[in-house]
Amino acid sequence: MAIYRNNYKPYTGALTPAWSRFLVLFRYSRRNMFRSKFQTAFFVACFFLPVLGLFTIYLVHSASFLQQVGVPSRLVSVDNKFFFYFVNGQGALAFLLTAFAGPGLISPDLANGALPLYFCRPFSRAEYVLGKSSVLAILLSQITWIPGLILFAVQGSFAGTQWTWDHLWIAASMVASFLIWIAVLSLLAMALSAWVKWRIVAGALLLAMMFFGAGLAQTVNVVMRTDSGYFFSLGYLMTTVENALFQIDTERAISAVDAFIALLAYCAICLGLLMRKVRAYEVVQ
Amino acid sequence: MSTTTHLGAASGENATPPAASLPPLIELHGLSVRFGQREILRSLTASLQGRAIGLLGPNGAGKSTLINTLLGFYKSSAGSARVFGYDIATEVRNIRGLVGYMPENDAFISKMSAVSFVRMMGELSGLPRDVALERAHEALFYVGLAEARYRELGTYSLGMKQLAKLAQAIVHGPKLLILDEPTNGLDPSARQRMIRMIREIRDGQEMRIVLCSHLLRDVEETCDEVLILKQGQIAHYSNLDLERQANKRFLELEIYGANGDFTEAIEKLGCECAVTANRMKMVLADGVETRDIFRLAAEREVRIRRLNFRRDTLEDIFLKAMETDAQSLKSGGSGNGDLQK
Repeated sequence: MAIYRNNYKPYTGALTPAWSRFLVLFRYSRRNMFRSKFQTAFFVACFFLPVLGLFTIYLVHSASFLQQVGVPSRLVSVDNKFFFYFVNGQGALAFLLTAFAGPGLISPDLANGALPLYFCRPFSRAEYVLGKSSVLAILLSQITWIPGLILFAVQGSFAGTQWTWDHLWIAASMVASFLIWIAVLSLLAMALSAWVKWRIVAGALLLAMMFFGAGLAQTVNVVMRTDSGYFFSLGYLMTTVENALFQIDTERAISAVDAFIALLAYCAICLGLLMRKVRAYEVVQ
Repeated sequence: MSTTTHLGAASGENATPPAASLPPLIELHGLSVRFGQREILRSLTASLQGRAIGLLGPNGAGKSTLINTLLGFYKSSAGSARVFGYDIATEVRNIRGLVGYMPENDAFISKMSAVSFVRMMGELSGLPRDVALERAHEALFYVGLAEARYRELGTYSLGMKQLAKLAQAIVHGPKLLILDEPTNGLDPSARQRMIRMIREIRDGQEMRIVLCSHLLRDVEETCDEVLILKQGQIAHYSNLDLERQANKRFLELEIYGANGDFTEAIEKLGCECAVTANRMKMVLADGVETRDIFRLAAEREVRIRRLNFRRDTLEDIFLKAMETDAQSLKSGGSGNGDLQK
């Protein structure tokens, strides 16, 4: 029988480029995420609405079929409102997916003291945050703006080049809306994940932020007799921005610019909280 | 404790080159670290160049803070430091590329198998995916976790977690291995295994080691240089081998067939000695070597069964350093006076 002595050997080969190492975290975190059957099932379920949208677009352009079933062809029109409702629907699903998947990103590393192992390597805190946030960003992109653009392309292929050219702003609005929402959700989920070690509590807090935020907004508005309370409601702020982007004519208590600035401020606060917590060792002064 | 030289046996088998021939590993130039109002490290100045350097000190002396500062986790409030010639303030990425670090506390990812964990850490250090996988297996074999490498880390015992931490620290082939309390929480046999492994790594010539511990035995068994810290200051810095050589004047002998003639002959050489039954203790006079003792014994047909060089144990050095430091603190000294070698 052959006997091998296990000796330590140094590595002398080429190293991977430093810029690409955040993708290592993305790969491993994503694999971990899909180990949960529930999360995988929910992720698949998030494609129900895009498939329904595709079916609707197909029906709208199948006049003969609509005549056969006796539905007026003008009942559903594929316009800015159609995509606005799609953005709202998928945005809600993206929020729920973030509530399930987001808290598990950083909290296990903190709970098990793994951060020094990352940062003792040529790997910075910014790369760590980038790697972890890319998991959510790519996951949410897969269920939001990518299917949205596919819907838009299908509608364009049915409606013709002129329609596509005239309504290109809808595609841009859709991508912009989703990107803002993804940024807000990713940073919020990661900040909560970094500050709360228990992932279930972090997920619950994220849900609470959304629902209690809306309640708090209304309470502040009523008690203070003001509209400033809406700044506490992430949902209201996002809808305000979406209304402006999709040119939906409804009256909002705050302007789209104010809402956008408020969302940016939320992102900055979350990033600050995240960078404060994501460090090898916490210094207790 | 004493070093035993069995007669007739070859000595100096350790192939480790003398520390003086190695380039400086860590250079500290008035390094201070402050957390808020509290000064944790106070103006440390030293040049450490051993193959295996032990950081010793009581709890709260600043050992882990020094390591964390060298790794760039904490910012220095004054002074500077270099590791392999790289400045810790501006070139920390280069330093981290050369270092493998085994932290003191639990550090793992619970829902991950050991091989995935070590592979991921290798990839984060820059190893390509396939190489990282291969080396993760090798590292886990090397530390003795081959059979358990597909188990989730959360199910590991404390000793196994320590070994997994060691595996992730060596997977990428670092030039410097920093071990923070590597034997914490290990049972005696696991501790022995860990110490043996550290010595193997040290003697393998590929890596240099900084071992931080409050256990004197761990440092004594693995290190050739020791830096003793107390209250954020350097209390003592010494080369253990040189310390041992310096104390080779004190001998303990086990002798048979001796009479007063042998003792008289030794005293005539200027040595002081005391005899009890078959034991003889002596302090060699200047210019007298052990071969003179052997010659006298041969002339008088005295059999020397055992000859021990008594030396300061690390505990003696440590206690002496603590006393010196206390005295210098009382007299207003900085405690760094005996650093320069």
